[in-house]
Amino acid sequence: MTSALAFRGVSMEFPGVKALDDVSFGVRAGSIHALMGENGAGKSTLLKILSGAQRATAGTVELAGRPADFAGTAGALAAGIAVIYQELHLVPGMSVAENLFLGHLPQRAGFVRRDELRAAARRQLERIGESIDPDTRVGRLPLAQRQMVEIAKALTRGARIIAFDEPTSSLSDREVQRLFAIIRELRDQGRAILYVSHRMDEIFALCDTITILRDGRHVTTAALADLDRAAVIRHMVGRTLADIYNYAPRPPRGPGLEVRALAGPGLAEPVSFAAAAGEILGCFGLVGAGRSELLRLIFGATPRTAGTVAVAGKELDIASPRDAIAAGVVLCPEDRKKEGIVPVRSVLENLNLSARRRRARAGFISEGWEHRNAAERIAQLRVRTPSPAQQIRHLSGGNQQKVVLGRWLAEPVAVLLCDEPTRGIDIGAKSEIYAILQDLARGGVCVVVVSSELPEVLGISDRIAVMREGRLVAVVPRAEATEESLLRLALPVSAAVAG
Amino acid sequence: MTAPASSPSRRAADFLDRAGMLVVLVVLFAACSLGVENFLSWRNLQGLALAVSMTGMVASTMLFCLAAGDFDLSVGAVVAGAGVLAAVVMNRTGSIGAGIAAALAFGTAVGLVNGWVVARLQINALIATLATMQIVRGLAYIVSDGKAVGIAHEAFFALGNSAFLGIPTPVWITLACFALGGLVLNRTVFGRDTLAVGGNPEAAHLAGISVARVKLLIFTAQGAMAAFAGVVLASRMTSGQPGTSLGFELEVISACVLGGVSLTGGVGSMAYVVAGVLIMGIVQNAMNLKNIEPFWQYVARGGILLGAVLFDRWKRGR
Repeated sequence: MTSALAFRGVSMEFPGVKALDDVSFGVRAGSIHALMGENGAGKSTLLKILSGAQRATAGTVELAGRPADFAGTAGALAAGIAVIYQELHLVPGMSVAENLFLGHLPQRAGFVRRDELRAAARRQLERIGESIDPDTRVGRLPLAQRQMVEIAKALTRGARIIAFDEPTSSLSDREVQRLFAIIRELRDQGRAILYVSHRMDEIFALCDTITILRDGRHVTTAALADLDRAAVIRHMVGRTLADIYNYAPRPPRGPGLEVRALAGPGLAEPVSFAAAAGEILGCFGLVGAGRSELLRLIFGATPRTAGTVAVAGKELDIASPRDAIAAGVVLCPEDRKKEGIVPVRSVLENLNLSARRRRARAGFISEGWEHRNAAERIAQLRVRTPSPAQQIRHLSGGNQQKVVLGRWLAEPVAVLLCDEPTRGIDIGAKSEIYAILQDLARGGVCVVVVSSELPEVLGISDRIAVMREGRLVAVVPRAEATEESLLRLALPVSAAVAG
Repeated sequence: MTAPASSPSRRAADFLDRAGMLVVLVVLFAACSLGVENFLSWRNLQGLALAVSMTGMVASTMLFCLAAGDFDLSVGAVVAGAGVLAAVVMNRTGSIGAGIAAALAFGTAVGLVNGWVVARLQINALIATLATMQIVRGLAYIVSDGKAVGIAHEAFFALGNSAFLGIPTPVWITLACFALGGLVLNRTVFGRDTLAVGGNPEAAHLAGISVARVKLLIFTAQGAMAAFAGVVLASRMTSGQPGTSLGFELEVISACVLGGVSLTGGVGSMAYVVAGVLIMGIVQNAMNLKNIEPFWQYVARGGILLGAVLFDRWKRGR
C-alpha cells in the first residue's frame, strides 16, 4: 500500500551540523503516526521540511507515491499539508472566522463578504464539534479553543496530512481527551496524522505506529503494539528508565529555607513550610495551583504582601531578585525562552549573567575569570555547544536549561528554586539535570523543584509539597508518596469526589 | 556527499558575515579615492571627519539605547535646545562656563525624564521620546524667541573651530566618545548588562540586573551627550539656533543600524557603529564633491539604509 506521505533519504545540513541524515519512512492514510526522539533528534527539522518552511539538502518528500516539490509554506498548504505547531499561528486581534480563512477570505471585488465568511466559519467549527462564536477575537479564547481553531483552519484548507507538534503541552486532561477524540475522527476520515510528543502515555493511548529518530538518524518505524515503553526509551537514548533520577538518600544538614505565612498574588492563603539544607523538596500541583507564584514570591520577583523568608535560620529582607541572589537564593524560571536565556547573546555571557557582578572590579568585568568560569561550567554540565561564543538560541532546549542552571553554580547558593527544570527537554538531558540537582543537595544546597510530572517529582524528591488552588495542602515524605496520593491531593475537591 | 562548507563562495560569504560593514567601508573608501576627484585631499578628509563628528558623538550613546532595546528620538531637539540655552545663558551671565553647564544640565534633565518615563512608568520609548522631542523643540523656540541667538564670547568658538595636530577638536572629542563608549560596552558590567537587558529584559531581571536603573542611566547619558553635541555645534556656528538639526535623530539611528545594531536590542558593537557613521559621511561627502543636488542625497541615504537592512537580513537568512 502506498503511503500518503513518505520521506525518502531526507537529509538536512546546517553549517557544522547534520540535523537529518538520510531519513526514510512512510505514513499511511488513516493512521496516527507517532514521531519521537530526544530534543535535537531532528523532529522539528523534519516538520519544517514537511511544512515547506525549509528545504531538505538531499532527499525527497513523496505524497501518495509522487515526489512533491512544493516551494514554501504556501505550496505545502496547497498540497494538503498542515502543520500545527506548539506556538499556534493565529492572529490574536482578528476574529475566529477571519483566522479560519486567513489568506483566502470570501470576497467580491476586494470586499470581504462577511455573512458568507461567518456562515462558512460556523460550518467548519461544527465539523469538529466546536460551538465557538465565529466573531470572537482569537486573543480572548483559552488556549485549548485556539488549538481547535487551528485544527479547523487546517480543515478549511482541505488538509489530507496533518502534523501536530506537542499539541497537549498546555492543555488540561479533559481538553486532551477532546483533542484526542477529534484526532481519531480525522484519522477515521482517512487523513494521515503525524503526532510529535514527548509524552509516552499519549503516544500509547493515541497512536498506532511510531517512528523514532536519534541524532538525526532514523532508528526504527514499527507498530506500537510490538513495542513497550522500555523499548521506546531504549531506542531513543540507549538507556533504561530506572536509573535516570540518580536518587540517593542524603542526611539533612540543619535549617535551609523557612517560609512563614508568605502571601501575595496567586496565593489564596498564606503559605508556610520549611526545607532543610541538603534536602530536595518537590512541589507538585496542577497548572494554576500557585507553585510558580510561590517561587517568584520567595525570590522577590513578585512583591509579597506579607510573611517572611529565612535562610539558614536568618530572616532575610528580599525586595527584588537582586536581594535574593545576594542572600544565596536563586531561581531557574519556568519559561526558559521568555525568562531564562538572553537568546542573542553567547553561551559565555548567559553563564556569567549574574556572577560577573561579584567578580567585577570598579565596574570592569574580569574577562579572564569569565572565560574560565564558562569553560568550567560547560565541562561540568556537559553543555553541548560548538564554542562558548555561540549564541545560546542555537542550542537545544536541554543545553539551554543547563546554562540557566549553570549560571548559579559560580555563586554561593544556599537555596536553589527550580521551576519545571526539565520541561520540553529530552531524557538524556533530564537525567543529567537530575544528577546536578542531587549533587547540589549533597553539597548542602536546599533545592526546591516545582514539577508537573509525577514520575519526576516522585523520583528526585525527599519530600513533596502539594499545592491546590493557591494553597499548600500537604507535605508528603518520599516513602509515603504515590502517584495516586499526590494526584488526589492536587485535584480540586469537587473533581476528586467525582473521580 | 558534497562538502559545500569548503567552496570558495561559501568562504567569501563567511568572511562577509564576520567583517560585514567594515568591508563595505573599505571598499567604499577605496572606490571614492579612485573615482572622486579631491576626495583623498587632506582638506576634504578633515571636512568629512568634521561633518560626521556630531553624528558620531551621539551615536556612541545611541548605541547603548538601541542595544538595550529602546531608542531616543529627542536627541535632535536636545542638540538645538542645548545650543540655544548655552547662548542665552552666556550672553546673560557673561560666563562661558555657566552657559555650558546650563546646557549640559538641561540635556541631563531631559534624559532623566525620558529614562523615568520609559524605565519606571514603562511607556514605549517611541512615544515617550516623540513627546519630549516636540516639547524640547518648542522650548528652544520659546527661549530664543524663534531666532538664532548670536554668541558674543569669542573664546567659546575655540571648542568647535580649533584644531590639534591638524585634526579639528570636535573630531578628537568624537574619537574619545567612541573609545570610551566601546570600553564601557565591552569591559564593564554596565555595558554587558545593557546587552542583556536588550536581549531579554525578563531574564535580565531574574538574573539580578536592575533593568530600570540600566535604562535610566542610558537615557540620562544620552541626554547629556546630545546636549554636549549641541554646545559643540553652537560653538561651530557661533550661535544657538532653535531650528537646527531637524531629523538628526534619524541620521544617528540610521548610522547605528547601518553598523549592525539590532533595533530589537541585545546586539551591537562600537567598531561597527563607527563604520556605519563613516559610510553615511563618505557617501554624503562624495555626492557633495560630485555636485549632486542635496535633494538626491536624501534619496541616497534612505537607499543605503534600506540596502544595509536587506544585507543584514540576507546574512541571517543563510
